[in-house]
Amino acid sequence: MPFIPHTADDVARMLEVIGARSIDELFEEIPAALKAKSLGAVPPALSEMEVARLLGDRAAADGRLLCFVGAGAYEHHIPAPVWAITTRGEFYSAYTPYQAEASQGTLQLIYEFQSMMCALTGMDVSNASLYDGASALAEACLMAVRAHRTPDSRRILVPRGVNPIYERVVRAITGHQGLTIEPVDFDRRTGCTTIAALEAHGTQGAAALVVQQPNFFGVLEDVDALTDWAHAHDLKVIATVNPISLALLKPPGEWGGGTGALKGADIACGEGQPLGVPLASGGPYFGFMTTRMHNVRQMPGRIVGRTVDLEGRPGFTLTLQAREQHIRRSRATSNICTNQGLLVTAATIYLSLMGATGLDRVARLCVARTGELVRALTQIPGVRLKFDSPRFHEAVLELDRPVGPVLEALAARGIAGGLDLAECYPDLGHALLVCATETKLPEDIERFADALADIMKKGHA
Amino acid sequence: MTELHAREPLIFELGKPGRGAMSQLPPAAATPLELPAHLRRSVAPALPEVSELQTVRHFTRLSQLNFSIDTHFYPLGSCTMKYNPKACNSLAMLPEFLARHPLAGEPQGFLACMFELQEMLRDITGMQAVSLTPMAGAQGEFAGVAMIRAYHRERNDDARREIIVPQAAHGTNPATAAMCGCTVREIACDRSGDIDLAALRAAVGAHTAGIMLTNPSTLGVFEHRIAEVAAIVHEAGGLLYYDGANLNAILGKVRPGDMGFDVIHMNLHKTFSTPHGGGGPGSGAVGVGPRLVPYLPIPLVAREEGRYRWLTERDRPSSIGRLSGFMGNAGVNLRAYIYMRMLGREGMVRVAEFAALNANYLLKRLQQIGYEAAYPTRRASHEFIITLKQEARLYQVTAMDVAKRLLDLGFHAPTTYFPLLVPECLLIEPTETEAKEELDRFCDAMSTIRREMEKEPEKLRSAPHTMPVRRLDDVRAVKQPDLSFKPAA
Repeated sequence: MPFIPHTADDVARMLEVIGARSIDELFEEIPAALKAKSLGAVPPALSEMEVARLLGDRAAADGRLLCFVGAGAYEHHIPAPVWAITTRGEFYSAYTPYQAEASQGTLQLIYEFQSMMCALTGMDVSNASLYDGASALAEACLMAVRAHRTPDSRRILVPRGVNPIYERVVRAITGHQGLTIEPVDFDRRTGCTTIAALEAHGTQGAAALVVQQPNFFGVLEDVDALTDWAHAHDLKVIATVNPISLALLKPPGEWGGGTGALKGADIACGEGQPLGVPLASGGPYFGFMTTRMHNVRQMPGRIVGRTVDLEGRPGFTLTLQAREQHIRRSRATSNICTNQGLLVTAATIYLSLMGATGLDRVARLCVARTGELVRALTQIPGVRLKFDSPRFHEAVLELDRPVGPVLEALAARGIAGGLDLAECYPDLGHALLVCATETKLPEDIERFADALADIMKKGHA
Repeated sequence: MTELHAREPLIFELGKPGRGAMSQLPPAAATPLELPAHLRRSVAPALPEVSELQTVRHFTRLSQLNFSIDTHFYPLGSCTMKYNPKACNSLAMLPEFLARHPLAGEPQGFLACMFELQEMLRDITGMQAVSLTPMAGAQGEFAGVAMIRAYHRERNDDARREIIVPQAAHGTNPATAAMCGCTVREIACDRSGDIDLAALRAAVGAHTAGIMLTNPSTLGVFEHRIAEVAAIVHEAGGLLYYDGANLNAILGKVRPGDMGFDVIHMNLHKTFSTPHGGGGPGSGAVGVGPRLVPYLPIPLVAREEGRYRWLTERDRPSSIGRLSGFMGNAGVNLRAYIYMRMLGREGMVRVAEFAALNANYLLKRLQQIGYEAAYPTRRASHEFIITLKQEARLYQVTAMDVAKRLLDLGFHAPTTYFPLLVPECLLIEPTETEAKEELDRFCDAMSTIRREMEKEPEKLRSAPHTMPVRRLDDVRAVKQPDLSFKPAA
């Protein structure tokens, strides 16, 4: 019996203590009419050896592609210690740290994680994680509305340069609470959000502006101007940021020229995956969220604090729980409880190993490699760069033909060549979003460029 | 008394300027950085500056301060802390699975696993269709209630905004209802732990969106009149939501679809043994009956002409939409798939059988020692509640004191003070993967604690004594929040 240790003798002795004749008798309270028939869709059991063969075959069938796709998930080098330690049973198989005295390892780690996220984003407080970058932005919008304290202010301005899938998730999660999401157009030349476009929207009943840095097109927004505009119009600023880029870019806590309560963005959030988490078909990843201290009681999710024990020695515990569902029930800040603890473990080890120096190297190399990629690809006839702006590690290219068939041809050569923007941005023409991180060597870029040149040439013939 | 572990410094306190894990550094970029100064950060972030060995040793030591399933019996009620098979992790971490970008095509091997997982879960729950995208139980609940609302809205019946929950419901149920723009009405349970049907009849009406139930309930007993509950709610025009927190108790024995439920979420990180990871990741797959199929969250996996593909907005225009940036906690779903393949059809049924055997055995043994069952006339499901209200009165010790003393004796504590309506309660769930000897050792510890209550109650009140820290000052944690390390200026 897989994973069940009972011998026949154990079962007999246990039933005797219980005073039941059979295990079936333990289910006597279930009405007979409801009892399940056999499970037809569940196949017979496989041994570990058999299941290893099955999964091994399926993994091999999927193979490996040379990956130039970004769009919210990024391939980075993951140091060997990260998952060697993360998958230790003491982290892997522990529950949420409710019993603080028996969970100091996880609790201290989360405190260290919170500290690192505050350092990266320039904020005062961090939570222990949310599910992913998209749902973190949805929670941030709900939080901004609570923090705004004007019951009628439920409009959220979401520039079209924000990840379009995030925008859909925000709609799905916040719509029931009456939030309305308003797209703000981008400048066709730069790919950036402009003050003029924001002004066109009006700010009556608006609670927040979302600013993504770098934006979905890979270009850098003028975050200071956007932040100052939003604060001048009594809007909260929600930053959604790539954590690797923060090694180089101004942290959300310093955006804009405001001081005091108006210093920087009000909430920073984002996708934590680049910090030591594998791509793995989309998850599990983790969302992060940080804010200023005066907003902490509006923040969703677990928070760990440092305190002292009976003998005055430092220790760690879950705190400020009056925000959460198990205390506040229908008046909680969110229904979230289980979050993405194991991924936070990986990210904390990743950030410890990389340090500021390592992260800076990774970020600079991302910028450099993407520059090389754009130079190589735009030399191909029929390929040009779409936006003329400073960028981080992604760029939009415009092709002279539909992108879908080109990507299929690249995939046939073992290359994941980027994301076709046709579905989300039909107004951008034949647009392709590409990405190069530090994992892409000059020869990889050359291979991509040669393949694309060949495909584009054949297409003309 | 054992020696307390030495305190592990913060990782920030181990560092030194100029130190680092040098083999992890990529080469310096050959070209100078050309980014406008006003977009740049002026001061490097205050991250640790430690060697690779320091990092490995620090986090290994931190891990050793945790209790976990791999190291300790962990009878945390409602959390199903069963063995997480190692193969589930190692096979889900095969390099091809890890390297795949979520937007890079439709990998047939991985999608085959997801499709078959959908099918197996559909069968086990007696539902018509399953979506794997919700990333934890609470998000599964959100998806479920959002689908109920979408169903009423599409029938021009959007005034149905009230969700009924039993008094003993988990806090996520009312919190979820509120996130979905609903109000919450709580109804009472009777003395045997079942829903008060008269109260339910009085509560339902044209405002009822639905009811959220766990069965077996959070009181650890099977709601036997579930068919009547379903009839009352359905006749009033509402739908039934099944909270899968306790699915382990009935796996293969009775299916929520057959009980009359319209929608269910499962906690794959409980019933299907994916890890809890110190607070996630979970996975909260949802299953629906015929009425709610069009509203399932996307993406879903379909098989068409022998190929697997994702169903998206185009295929599912009535969907409640996307709840994650890509496709949920894909790797967690893969671990659940591997677990289910190893258990197989017969193994599924044995889960419930041996979970019930262990729970009923442990309950009987604890009663023999002198502990009081909250619902003594009922069979335990996969878990049960004991109440320490007598002991609290006689010896001035609390359920929390017993929980903390159990840590000293080498056991993770059961769930304490949940459900709230049973005074001084411990909710105990042994799971099917524990051997009889382990349960007996736990009973020995509970016997010792009983003796200590009578003879030296102070030992309980001041417990734990052997953990890395003594009881922590939670009030100070709230009043003087210290939520991140501030480097000395």
